[in-house]
Amino acid sequence: MSVNERIDEIVKGNDVVLFMKGSPLFPQCGFSSKAIAILDHLNVAYESVDVLQDMEIRAGIKDYSDWPTIPQLYVKGEFLGGSDIMMEMYEAGELQAIVDAEGLAKAG
Amino acid sequence: MAMHAHEIEEMIQAALPDALVEITDLAGDGNHYAARVVTESFRGMPRVKHHKAVYDALGGRMGGVLHALQLTTAIP
Repeated sequence: MSVNERIDEIVKGNDVVLFMKGSPLFPQCGFSSKAIAILDHLNVAYESVDVLQDMEIRAGIKDYSDWPTIPQLYVKGEFLGGSDIMMEMYEAGELQAIVDAEGLAKAG
Repeated sequence: MAMHAHEIEEMIQAALPDALVEITDLAGDGNHYAARVVTESFRGMPRVKHHKAVYDALGGRMGGVLHALQLTTAIP
């Protein structure tokens, strides 16, 4: 399986997935940390992929989305943006609207 | 390794001539910047395209020599 197929499977197989540096508990970069803080604040159920643990994905994800930086957020198979876009959308209430519309909040 | 604020500004300005570009050196170390880019040409485009246009203006430096650029885009 090519790296592109691997990434595609992860993106399509999860409603919300964040490609990041480190883990949600121990983010290894301020931008990834910011992305996690936003998702947690919105109580979103998400999957995360630590690109530092997988050099193939770390390089491949930038080609997959044609986006030069990490973190990268995907919702329902679509690339939404990096941490700056997440913050802009959060502040504008747009992320909350997507969470509500798509039913992405954690159960319970 | 690092980029100067004026280099970043010139590159964005060259690609988006009508844009208002403000660069802030966040840490004073020549390595952590914030950029605010305001241009009419962003109208009707999703946010991800605004940011992509700025990254494209920086010609591959983003994510390479330029690690930390906190980007905000807006329409006037």
